[in-house]
Parts: sequence; structure tokens; C-alpha cells
Amino acid sequence: MEMIKVKNLSFEYIRRDEDGNVESINKAIDHVNLDVKKGDFIAVLGANGSGKSTLAKHINAILYPTEGSVWVNGMNTAEEKNLWDIRQSAGMVFQNPDNQIIATVVEEDVGFGPENLGVPTQEIWQRVEKSLEAVGMLEFRHSSPNKLSGGQKQRVAIAGIMAMKPECIILDEPTAMLDPNGRKEVIATVRELNQKENVTVILITHHMDEVIYADKVFVMEQGRVVMEGTPREIFSQVDEIKKYRMDVPQVTELAYELKKAGRAIPDGILTVDELVKAIQAIQK
Amino acid sequence: MQIVFDKINYVYNNGTAFSRHAIKDISFTINKGEFIGLIGHTGSGKSTLIQHMNGLIKATSGHIYFNGEDIYGQNYNLRQLRSKVGLVFQYPEHQLFETTVFKDVIFGPTNLGLDKLECELRSYDALKMVGIGEDLLDASPFELSGGQKRRVAIAGVLAMKPEVLILDEPTAGLDPKGRDDILEQIAKLHRESGMTIILVTHSMEDVANYADRLFVMNRGELVMQHEAREVFSHYKELEEMHLAAPQVTYVMNALKSKGYPVRTDATTVAEARDEILKLF
Repeated sequence: MEMIKVKNLSFEYIRRDEDGNVESINKAIDHVNLDVKKGDFIAVLGANGSGKSTLAKHINAILYPTEGSVWVNGMNTAEEKNLWDIRQSAGMVFQNPDNQIIATVVEEDVGFGPENLGVPTQEIWQRVEKSLEAVGMLEFRHSSPNKLSGGQKQRVAIAGIMAMKPECIILDEPTAMLDPNGRKEVIATVRELNQKENVTVILITHHMDEVIYADKVFVMEQGRVVMEGTPREIFSQVDEIKKYRMDVPQVTELAYELKKAGRAIPDGILTVDELVKAIQAIQK
Repeated sequence: MQIVFDKINYVYNNGTAFSRHAIKDISFTINKGEFIGLIGHTGSGKSTLIQHMNGLIKATSGHIYFNGEDIYGQNYNLRQLRSKVGLVFQYPEHQLFETTVFKDVIFGPTNLGLDKLECELRSYDALKMVGIGEDLLDASPFELSGGQKRRVAIAGVLAMKPEVLILDEPTAGLDPKGRDDILEQIAKLHRESGMTIILVTHSMEDVANYADRLFVMNRGELVMQHEAREVFSHYKELEEMHLAAPQVTYVMNALKSKGYPVRTDATTVAEARDEILKLF
């Protein structure tokens, strides 16, 4: 079954003057169709202002469609009675870890979500333990969140979402404020949740090297999906993707440059390992 | 030597039970016109360090000299120092507040007490330097895109005509094109005006492409201050400090370990390409 189905979605931000007359209409999402299967790892790329975050906010019913519809786990987000079930099925992690952590002790922060869902106390503690373990932060359960690094805080935020047992996690630029190691930690955690717990992942990012493990990549521009395919398919089109203010991973760029210089390097190299093997293949 | 740090220490909450030694015995010199990349893990002391450079934080011990003068000297004019060392904080667009782009930029020079014409000239120049066209001068800063807002905020600092420009993660949260645009503008500024630049970043690729020298901070200490190729040759140590090298450095090292006769000190795509093309 489809975890998320976005059907012909359009969304308009309408600005009104003081008298309530419409001043301008900005189409943030323009007839987008998107299907995400259960257990998929999806990445969404796109320039600032291309509509990525607006799309994400539709998936857990923070925004409602102007036109078209969004279905999460078979529930229509436009129907108010589904709201709480949708928010529990699709959890969201934002850019700044400091804005998402509210408690003074890590385990209490993680327990906040399930507590609000009315989960019995005994089970809350079980979920907290399991979630912290899943993100590799169990040893910090009694720590103060202030003492953690950015990557660790972001993993606590993810654990907080996991404790609500969502089937899908949406991450909106979760690594934008982190150092290289923090980025690695967060992406490794997300991949593991996807593979081991079969959580559906939707990752929005500006870091090209974070999407190479995705099952499918969507590129957005001006509210529309303009490219769609596996990371290899997307990053094979270096010139095309740069047109949309995006980039390719540095190793992909290097492979592309070597190919342009007349060397027989295949398109869409994604990792250091692949490039080294491609060079070895030529030498033989 | 434009900026000299001599055995600088900074301890937060000094003398209390909560004291924390944030900056440990740091000494370095920065020459006029240099482009320095400052890297280090979250909490390594980068932000604390740069706030010493314009006197926002006073060192617990040690001396700082700007253009040969001790900034902790009795008659030193700290206000003037702050106009000469411009600091662009993280997410500077959050500090935009005026109703038009031009008013926002002119706010700084006006506060320096310069005459009106000079302020206006400086503001026009600064906006031009960051690539904001005249069509946007009267726009509300809040209607601009993320990258444009950030450039307006940087122009606000440039309008003070600083001799040194310090930028704390100026590309965080921008899309790749926006990131390249800002970095190109900064590089151009550096080339054309000879301004000293100190760029704080988490992107190893960015500093490899632009900086003359890299300063590496780890747990409050300045552990390396060399050219990029020298710093990234220590990529295993960098990883232990929660950092990394650019991806191409890993490619070159992997090729070397497979027995190819390549230099491993390439830090940019162009350098790596040229080195690999020599192979076949």
C-alpha cells in the first residue's frame, strides 16, 4: 500500500491587505503528484523557495491543499477527524535542533510525545528506551540536552518522533546546522531506521551527498516536480540538475570532468569507491 | 601583521563552579589581505574566538594586537575597532529590521556618525559589491529570497568599510547555487578590495576552494594553521576531531593505496582531475 499519495496538489499563499482584499497569490505548489511506498527512502531536492517545505507541511497536515489531495496511510489530510492519526503516522524533524527540544533531561524530552498521545507510563518508558537505543543515544538518557553536540541533539529529536511510533518521518533540512560528523551521525541514523525499523523516510536537504542512498529523488522548482528518478539517474544529468540551482556530489563532479576530458568513465558515479573502481577498470 | 593573538585564554564563568575553559592558549598572526578558513566541530570555540577579534569578548588572559596596537590598552578605541573588523553572524538575515533594503544597509554607517552623502555612497557601493541590483533598493528586505536577504545583511556590514570581514557560516541553509553565489561574491570582494577575510564554515569543500590558510580548532585549541593541502593531508586526524576532508582527497588517497602514482594533496575537483588525467 502507499504510505503517502499526493494527487494533483496545488497550494496558494494568499496575501490580503488590511481590508481583506486579495493583494497577491503565490502558487507555492503547482500540480504535484507523488507516490511513496511503505518503507521507501525518498529525498526531495530543490532551491530555496521551490516549495519543498510547503510540500512537507502538507504531509502531516500542517497545511491543507488549495487543490488536489494528500493521503497519508489511506487517510485524507483534508478531513479534520484524521488530524491526530496523521500527525502520529507522519512525524516531522526540523532544521534547528534547539527549537525542538523542550525538556531538561534527554529521556523526558523523548517521552513528551507519547505522553501527549496518552500512552500508559510503563509503555512510555519502554518506548523512550527503544527509541534512544535506535538512534544510538541511550547512554545519554540522563544528560541535559544543552550538553549535547548538534548531531546528538538532532538524534534526540528523531528519537522523540520515533517514540510516537510513526510509520513515516519527514526531515526538513535536518543537517543544515551541523558539522561534518553531526551530519554523518544523523544520516546514518535515518538510514538505519529506514532499513531496520522499516520506517518510511522523506528527507529534504541541500547536501547532495546525503541523498545517494535514497530509493528515489525528486527535484522541485517553482512548486513543480521537474526531475524524478534514482540518485544515479538524477546525478547522471549534471548540466540538467545545475539548471535547478542544485549540485552533484563532489565525486560525481570529478567523474563527470574526467569523462568530459575523454576518459571512459560511466555516468552517475556516486561514491569514492565507484570512481576508484571505474578508474581501475580503464587501466586494465 | 594585521591581527596578532598572543596566548589568548578565555574562561566562561571564571572563578565559579561553572567555569569552562573555552579558548586555550591561542597564538597566531593574520596578515593584511589574507583569506583564512576557520573550521572546527560544534562547540570547538570558533564563535568565541571570532568574537575576540572585534572586542565583543575580552580575553581572560593574553594580548590581541590590531594593526600593531594592543586592543586592551588603556586608551584604545574599541568602537573604532568594531567598525574596522566587521562581523557577520550566523543567519544575519534574522537581524534585518528596516522597511527597505537601502535603509537597512545605511543604518550602520549612519551610526558611525559620517555625513549623509558618505553614508549613501557607502551603502550603494556595499549593495553593489554583494550583487544586489538597484531595482531592489526600495524593496522590503522581508520580500527577498533567503540568499538575497543574507547578501543585504552582509552589505550592512560592508557599508562600514571594515578592513577585516569575518563571516560565521554565511552559507548555512542556502541551496547550492545560493551558496556558490555568496562565496563567489566574497572571493571577488577579497580579490578586488584586498579585504582580509575570515570564513567560519562546516564545509570543507568551500574552504578548500577559497582559503589561503586554514585554522583548525579542536576543543578550544588551535591545532593547525596551514594551507588547505597540508591540513587535508591529515584527514584521519581531522576525522578524529569530528571534521573531514573534501571528497576528492579521499579519491586521491584511495587511488594511491591501490598503487597508482598520484599526489594525494588535491583538494579541489580541478586539481584532482588534472592529477588523475596524468595517469592515462
